[in-house]
Amino acid sequence: MAVKTYSAGVKEYRETYWMPDYTPKDTDILACFKITPQPGVPREEAAAAVAAESSTGTWTTVWTDLLTDLDYYKGRAYAIEDVPGDDTCYYAFVAYPIDLFEEGSVVNVFTSLVGNVFGFKAIRALRLEDVRFPLAYVMTCNGPPNGIQVERDKLNKYGRALLGCTIKPKLGLSAKNYGRAVYECLRGGLDLTKDDENINSQPFMRWNHRFDFVMEAIHKAEAETGERKGHYLNCTAPTPEEMYKRAEYAKSLGAPIIMHDYLTGGFTANTGLAQWCRDNGMLLHIHRAMHAVLDRNPHHGIHFRVLAKALRLSGGDHLHSGTVVGKLEGDREATLGWIDIMRDSFIKEDRSRGIFFDQDWGSMPGVFPVASGGIHVWHMPALVTIFGDDACLQFGGGTLGHPWGNAAGAAANRVALEACVEDRNKNGAEGLEKRGGDVLRQAAKSSPELAAAMETWKEIKFEFDTVDKLDVSHK
Amino acid sequence: MSDMQDYKSSLTDTSSRKFETFSYLPEMDKDSIRAQVEYIVSKGWNPAVEHTEPQNAFDHYWYMWKLPMFGETNVDTILAEADACHAAHPNNHVRLIGYDNYAQSQGTSMVIYRGPMKA
Repeated sequence: MAVKTYSAGVKEYRETYWMPDYTPKDTDILACFKITPQPGVPREEAAAAVAAESSTGTWTTVWTDLLTDLDYYKGRAYAIEDVPGDDTCYYAFVAYPIDLFEEGSVVNVFTSLVGNVFGFKAIRALRLEDVRFPLAYVMTCNGPPNGIQVERDKLNKYGRALLGCTIKPKLGLSAKNYGRAVYECLRGGLDLTKDDENINSQPFMRWNHRFDFVMEAIHKAEAETGERKGHYLNCTAPTPEEMYKRAEYAKSLGAPIIMHDYLTGGFTANTGLAQWCRDNGMLLHIHRAMHAVLDRNPHHGIHFRVLAKALRLSGGDHLHSGTVVGKLEGDREATLGWIDIMRDSFIKEDRSRGIFFDQDWGSMPGVFPVASGGIHVWHMPALVTIFGDDACLQFGGGTLGHPWGNAAGAAANRVALEACVEDRNKNGAEGLEKRGGDVLRQAAKSSPELAAAMETWKEIKFEFDTVDKLDVSHK
Repeated sequence: MSDMQDYKSSLTDTSSRKFETFSYLPEMDKDSIRAQVEYIVSKGWNPAVEHTEPQNAFDHYWYMWKLPMFGETNVDTILAEADACHAAHPNNHVRLIGYDNYAQSQGTSMVIYRGPMKA
């Protein structure tokens, strides 16, 4: 055993934390950071500083360093790469030994990886682009309470995407009027409706009143249509105690699914609620309010693919993914990358889709990506092509804005979805986007609701350029 | 309001009852059914036929018509079994399922013969 002696003072980070010859272990947690350094800071020093500040290091040597085996516990910056098309920054790859993190704690992992280091003065900006969670760590996490297959079995939905709708206006409806809007959507052919994320328990509509009226709407719509229905009852609350109280009440009413906002609610609350859902056979829909604060700036923050992995570990059966074609930000290839991260059991490294590491989820269930935000019937061929069947397509304005009301809007979306799926099964997914117009026009011949929807939204498109493009697309 | 249409659906009108995938489209003709069988075969799924009285369609479990046709890839054979089930139970819904044993789920499920809806 080599003997080290204590020498007070400041060492350059790279002497300890820059290890270009290190071969990452299968059990290491790996991270890819995009670093924009301050002028004059060498690449290796900045990369090493990030590794240090996100693991064992502090700015000066301390005597207690010598009471442990810091060379084992430290994070190691092991590679640096150029960012295609952007000379202001570069990628740094850091490996962390698995012992640094409490088992099953997304909270603990992110406290280290995106903690103090993001305010570190020697770097101008920092973005966590991707994280490889080793299977050894994945297996310590609870993960999605049910998963895609179980949800399909419970709701009896096969061979197509699920159809949903967020009830609008976001705020201000009474509980009884709100339940009316839910009932109309479900009787028209939607599978699921959703509380808007802003709806918690405001003075105009307390949560328990909403839950009561919504459940009556579900039961009647099920009896009327003969199909299984649900509504995401938002249990996001100011305290964990209140959150569990709402979840328990939803269960007592026979609700199939509840909802939580995992970023504003926090990972601790989310992980706890996901475990409660596993124990109680409850489906869990996850909203992602605040994500764009973290993930939209190409140079600073946390990429959404990392937030998606965090949610899959923490637990949730649905997660909003963006639509590619609607009103909200989302590059197509990058979105395809993170919807695979949500659903598949093994995802290969693929820089063309922004995936920096292989990710093995083992037997952890998958999460339904939820496409929501500014989509309507004309988008259906593209949505079926992009998302396939394992997704939840949510039309808010695209259901409620139908000129004849919610039930007609719901029926229009259901007919459009089924027509696109039937055509895809018959003629293949390739070319569906081109055939889509004809497919919809043919289906509209037997659905006046679809014909009216197509007339209403024929001119609406959202063609703004994406702010957060994949780095490879700058080349 | 004159060009606005009422949404016709009620508890008493049994034609309001749906039965999941493709039940919002017109009933499929022979060629369309064949195309869906071909899709199930092309996905490598195991075809199966089930039926039920329309008033019991909400149940998860319908009556199996024999066993799922494990490994069957002949489209005509599969169609013949569906037809035989329909002939034996002309008043029942008949659904075609593709079991995906890798996903441990049903890859798809659709009603291909619709029984008359009675109160």
